[in-house]
Amino acid sequence: MTAHADIPPPGTLIRTAAARIGITAAPGRLSLRARDGLGALGTALGIDLPGRIGGRAGRDAIEAMCLGPDEWVLLSPPEEVAALLAAGAAVYAAHPHSLVDISGRETTIAIDGPRAAELLTLGLARDPAGIAPGDGRRTYFDGQTVILWRDGETRFRMDVWHSFAPHLLGLLDTGCRELAAEAP
Amino acid sequence: MLLIHCPYCDETLPEVEFTYAGEAHVMRPEDPSAATDEDWHAFLFLRDNIKGVHFERWRHVHGCGRFFNAARNTITDRFLTTYRAGAPRPDPGTLTEGGE
Repeated sequence: MTAHADIPPPGTLIRTAAARIGITAAPGRLSLRARDGLGALGTALGIDLPGRIGGRAGRDAIEAMCLGPDEWVLLSPPEEVAALLAAGAAVYAAHPHSLVDISGRETTIAIDGPRAAELLTLGLARDPAGIAPGDGRRTYFDGQTVILWRDGETRFRMDVWHSFAPHLLGLLDTGCRELAAEAP
Repeated sequence: MLLIHCPYCDETLPEVEFTYAGEAHVMRPEDPSAATDEDWHAFLFLRDNIKGVHFERWRHVHGCGRFFNAARNTITDRFLTTYRAGAPRPDPGTLTEGGE
């Protein structure tokens, strides 16, 4: 995993009464594109690939989210990426697909706390309430495409490309302070 | 801001998640080398500038990534319907503003 000069190491960056912003330990990331043979692919990967856009599934420490009609993102412990790639390659001849390691592409920002959803409205054009806990979406946040995971009512993760991370972290930091500074 | 219904996500979402992608139902000639220069020129460059119901392509670029088609009234800037790429062009007479 490459270290990026402008992105702080994993850990909590700011905690206020409104929310906490942190950076998670870098997971392995895989992009999967496939049109047919999803059942067989899912069996090979050990994941029942969700068919609904925004739906999630997983096993052990591996998570998958459906981003589009033929597109999924998989998060896994970094050491399991090679095994997932091999599992995909083993069924490639019968079920052509694209499974690519994109671990080096994104930073994951953890956003949680009582006003986390409200904090997201700072840059999210859509209503966070439209994303149910346990779901996620690829969407748009203050000018960038991000993948938003809603782990709970007030717990989110946001995958952003490295180069956008310093800007978004700054924005979220400001938002955290602003919300906390509001008169109760 | 416009609200656009993505026929793949089946959600009505803010316009900033989408990009406009030109007129819909422009068919590429089956055999380009058999097309005349005039036909090719028309395919590449000539588009209608409709006042009224316009069929156009959009892409849910900051979402599912899919191209789809929409019918929009260029006078009121309201969407009449959106439908998946490859689906036939709906009859404008059956469409009403605010429909999805």
